[in-house]
Amino acid sequence: MAKFQPLKDAVAENLKDGDVVAFEGFTHLIPHAAAHEAIRQGRKDLTLIRMTPDLVYDQMVGMGMVRKMIFSYAGNPGVGLLRRVRDAVENSWPQALEIEEHSHAAMANAYEAGAAGLPFATFRGYKGAGLKEVNDNIREVTCPFTGEVLAAVPSVRPDVTFIHAQKANKRGDILVEGIIGVQKEAVLAAKRAVVTVEEVVDNFDDVHLNACVLPNWAVSSVCVVPGGAHPSYAHGYYIRDNAAYIDWDKIATDRARFTDWMKENVLDQDETVFETRVQKLKGDA
Amino acid sequence: MSDLDFTADEMMTIAAARALSNDDICFVGIGAPSAACNVARLTHAPDITLIYESGTIGTAPDVLPLSIGDGELCDTAVTTVSVPEMFRYWLQGGRVSVGFLGAAQLDKFGNINTTVIGDYDNPKTRLPGGGGAPEIASSCGEIFITMKQSLRGMVDKIDFFTSFGHGTGGDDREKLGMTTKGPTLLITDLAVWRPDPETKEFVVRSLHPGVTREQVQETCGWTVIFADDLTETPVPTELELTTLRDLKARTKAAHEGAAA
Repeated sequence: MAKFQPLKDAVAENLKDGDVVAFEGFTHLIPHAAAHEAIRQGRKDLTLIRMTPDLVYDQMVGMGMVRKMIFSYAGNPGVGLLRRVRDAVENSWPQALEIEEHSHAAMANAYEAGAAGLPFATFRGYKGAGLKEVNDNIREVTCPFTGEVLAAVPSVRPDVTFIHAQKANKRGDILVEGIIGVQKEAVLAAKRAVVTVEEVVDNFDDVHLNACVLPNWAVSSVCVVPGGAHPSYAHGYYIRDNAAYIDWDKIATDRARFTDWMKENVLDQDETVFETRVQKLKGDA
Repeated sequence: MSDLDFTADEMMTIAAARALSNDDICFVGIGAPSAACNVARLTHAPDITLIYESGTIGTAPDVLPLSIGDGELCDTAVTTVSVPEMFRYWLQGGRVSVGFLGAAQLDKFGNINTTVIGDYDNPKTRLPGGGGAPEIASSCGEIFITMKQSLRGMVDKIDFFTSFGHGTGGDDREKLGMTTKGPTLLITDLAVWRPDPETKEFVVRSLHPGVTREQVQETCGWTVIFADDLTETPVPTELELTTLRDLKARTKAAHEGAAA
């Protein structure tokens, strides 16, 4: 049964040093506020999983919290590279970063297999692809019926998943709308799940019959953090802060500038700052 | 090309847009492919189905998305599905006719690298990686590629096989069990290329207006083959140019305006 609690407590209770953790969001509903709280609490030695690690994984890697990253696209979408991840991979700054790299199809299948309680995922993929040569977790399985050789990857089973979502109702059920990505699979694949939401409403009586709703008993903690996805977005609440994504490229270029930015904007703040950050982005959402 | 009233970039996008038809179900890569696909939709192919890997099917954005998951893609889509469904049912299920990809590095057989420059374990430059490309390249009916020509980008040997084109040519795809066509078209800022039916090596079929054979060779890392019946790419029409420029202007205002 989900409990409503402050973000600080939810992170402290659910995320431990050395955990395998997914802060998911496929460009939408990325749980930035939760990740910033994890940064403030100084978690170490994490294995981060995410299909599209963007700014927030760049920040966590740059802060030296991450031992390993499992991913399928490590970029700032439409802008360029992740400069802190690059610095870690190329120069081991601030520490070496182990990477396990997949394709989107593999990661999506691996999350789904995790949610389904399976040990691995199979799909038709990686044909002629170089990742097979550099990632031992990409293997093959032969269909027992047709003999077709298919790709196989281990399922994703995080210790804890963090996502952002639009709404919780008073019972703690969660509504996810718009680009739902792998939010549902990431929650169901994990041992524990923390969801930050824009708001709490009385009930979901007016939502569509087939809406993506996660029942409260599938979630560990619910935290109300308006704006908690910024600079990602929450469909219906505020738009993606594309300018912030473009600015990040400059901030992350330089180690000193990055460190100063993190102190000012993350370490010296708390989650209430997110609500003010999205004020100017609410018009067209 | 200074006497012509369009840029090489614009010619590239417009030539790429022309390759798409109204009946296509197109999986859209971010960047240059996204512009071309939307120009096609706004000109000669109003009913084209554009799919982005974020799960948006049949989307019709008014501005180009910065990421593959901007909200407008969802707002204007026929439907938005989860990412596992996107890759399992729609892509792997064989429902996509064209995949449109960009490339950091490309070889003459349409193999693409967007993963690393240099050695994988000790890279000179770590690039974002493949995302959806490995399976887009194998599961779509055919693949169109668009990129600007440069010696750094169009190379004799790519550093990493992010996605498989025609391998070392010939029937390499069939040998790996692939039944899709793979790369059938390359549109650069200088020319339109198609693979030779037998060797699968890209051959220049048309030069964009004002472009010389020498310019194509100087910006390409392999020895370029030109078709015997080499033609000139038709110049952009006023409608094509206006559509592209309006789209770019709306996009620029939208992306820069968010912080204002």
